[in-house]
Order: sequence, then C-alpha cells, then structure tokens
Amino acid sequence: MFEGLDLALAPGEAALVTGPNGAGKSSLIRIAAGLLAPAAGSVTGEGARALMAEVPALDPELSLGAALRFWSGIDGRRMAVGEALAAVNLADLAPVPVRMLSTGQRRRAALARVVASAAPVWLLDEPANGLDTGSVALLEGLIARHRAAGGIALVATHLPIALPQARMVAL
Amino acid sequence: MSVYAAIVLRELRRAWSTGGLALPVVFFLLVAILFPFAVGPDAALLGRIAPGVIWAAALLAALLPVERLVAPDLESGVLDQLAVRGLPDAGVAAAKVAGHWLGFAPALLAATVIASGLLQLPGGALAPLLIALLIGTPGLAALGVATAALVAGLRGAGALAGLVMLPFAVPLLIFGATAGQPGALKLLGAVSLLLVAGCPFVAGAAVRMGRG
Repeated sequence: MFEGLDLALAPGEAALVTGPNGAGKSSLIRIAAGLLAPAAGSVTGEGARALMAEVPALDPELSLGAALRFWSGIDGRRMAVGEALAAVNLADLAPVPVRMLSTGQRRRAALARVVASAAPVWLLDEPANGLDTGSVALLEGLIARHRAAGGIALVATHLPIALPQARMVAL
Repeated sequence: MSVYAAIVLRELRRAWSTGGLALPVVFFLLVAILFPFAVGPDAALLGRIAPGVIWAAALLAALLPVERLVAPDLESGVLDQLAVRGLPDAGVAAAKVAGHWLGFAPALLAATVIASGLLQLPGGALAPLLIALLIGTPGLAALGVATAALVAGLRGAGALAGLVMLPFAVPLLIFGATAGQPGALKLLGAVSLLLVAGCPFVAGAAVRMGRG
C-alpha cells in the first residue's frame, strides 16, 4: 500500500484522499481513526474523531431516531439527533426502522451521526457512495459548514466531491 | 459509567427483541424433558443425576447464543464506532458480559425450577443448585463472550465455538454439579471469578486482532 505519506491538518482544513481501488484509502481513514496501527510512522491528533465508515453501525431493528440516539447518548449529546437528522434531510424518517431505509438514506443517517457527535475531526470513508446529486451537494455543504466552524475533515473518495482549498492526497 | 450502562442495556434489548434468548431457555427445558424419557421413571436415580444434567444442559444452552454476541457488532461496525469514541475493547467486552448475563441468567434460573420438578430433584437440593448456578453463570457468560470474539468472522463459527468454549467450562461443570459437597461452592466461585476477570481482556484482544 502507501508509504512516505506526510499530512497535517489545522482547524478549518480538509484533505481529499483519492486513488484507485485497493490503494489504501479506507486503510488510511482507519489508521487516522486509531482502528489500525500503521506499519511504520505515527498518527497524532487533538480532539474527538467521528468516523463514517462503509457500514452504518445502526441497529436495523430500531427506528432511525432511536438508533442514532444510542450513539449520541454515548457522545453525551442526545439532544443533537433531531437537528442532525434535519441537516441531512431525514427528519421525516426518524420513526422508520433502519432496516427499511434505502442505501442512500443509510449513508445520510451515518452522516447524521457524524454531525450529531460534534467531533472536531471528521473521518469520512467514501461518503458520496450511494448518494444522489442533491445529497452530494448536501454533504459538501455540511463539510463546508464544519470547516467554517474550525473543524477538520479527512475525506477518502473515488467519486468527485467539491472541497474548496482541500489538500489533495493521491495514493 | 453511563456509556457502559448504555451498552449493557443495548445487549439486553437485542437479546430479547431478536428472540435470541428464548431459544437457549427452550433448549434447556427440552433437555430436562428428554432425560426422564431416556433414563426411565426411577425417581431416586433421576434425583441423583439431576444437578449434573441441569449443569450440562445450562452449559450447552449458554453455547447457543454465542454466534450473535460479537460477530454482528463486528460486521455492522458497532465495535469500531465504540473504539473511535475511545472506549477500550476490553471495557466494551465487559459490558457485553454483563448484558449477556443479565439477559440469560434470570431466565435460566426460572427454567431450572421447572427442570428440577421434571427431574425429580429432592426438594432440599434445589436451593444449593440455584445458588451454584447464580455463582457459575457469570463465568459462563464471560466465557461465551470471549469465545464469540475469538470465533467471530470465521467459517463454521458455531461448531468451532463449542470446541473452544467447552474445555474451559469443565471446571464450572465439575464444581457446579457437586455444589452440595464442602468447598465446591468456593472453588466454583473462584473459577467463575477468574473467568469474569480474564475473559473481557481475551475478548478485547481478539477484537483488536480482528481489525488488523
């Protein structure tokens, strides 16, 4: 996979990781999240991290609102769920069981968890997968808002996502 | 602390709502029903073997839900999300042990009362048996979670789980089934405590290794 990668992000900055399948985009995100240990080198960072991975990690039998409240409860921000669901246009679907949601809706639900966590560092692995054009614009808007508030975003994607003044990391 | 409480409650809710706990209890009762048919209606003989039968049935019943304890959370990314939030894997495993025990032990104890009737257990022997199960089941729950973490994601995980778990459960079986004898309860407690203290670390290490 990749080696010799050096990347530092200050508040408000973002990095867009691109590369062919198997280049190690997801591995880089997982290393940044602390889930994988790098073979060599180190990762340091300040502040909580929020991860949007390939899998939604929402209990399928629960309603969308309840499934998200489990996580925001752990983050100590139970009240943030409603606002986060509204931010990803899913407010109407809060009472619907997670298993009935479509792929794109599940992706947006995972994004809602990232938004609700209020973590300063966002680690997004293929956030645009399964999203329609309008939802991709929504995602771009949320990342821009997060950066404007001093947040950091590390985004791995093979689909085009517009991140103004983002560092480009090609693996 | 409330974080771990949330995980324990989630374990409990999932165990009951997905019907994963009715099955072990029904299985346990089924074994208790089948034994008198197989051994014959000799009340004295049944009463003598009853504690051993109940312990063996409890052990096998505890093995049934192993596949749904850790593997689904590993696949759905729940364990990753908890780790990203800075929770130690061993701590999450300990919460899973607590949730698993709270889910299956009370039901198992209630089923034991029924099973003791079916097996003609002498009246005075029921209380020691229930106490022994109360002491031994936390060890069983811990062993179940550690086994579940070790075999998660493997092919034929269910069969493998039996091979991994049952040898370690033998001390519980020995001291649990002979709980009426002097010292057995203390040894049962020691074994159970050892499993409860050690298994979360085993499970946590297994989950960490699984990410690599």
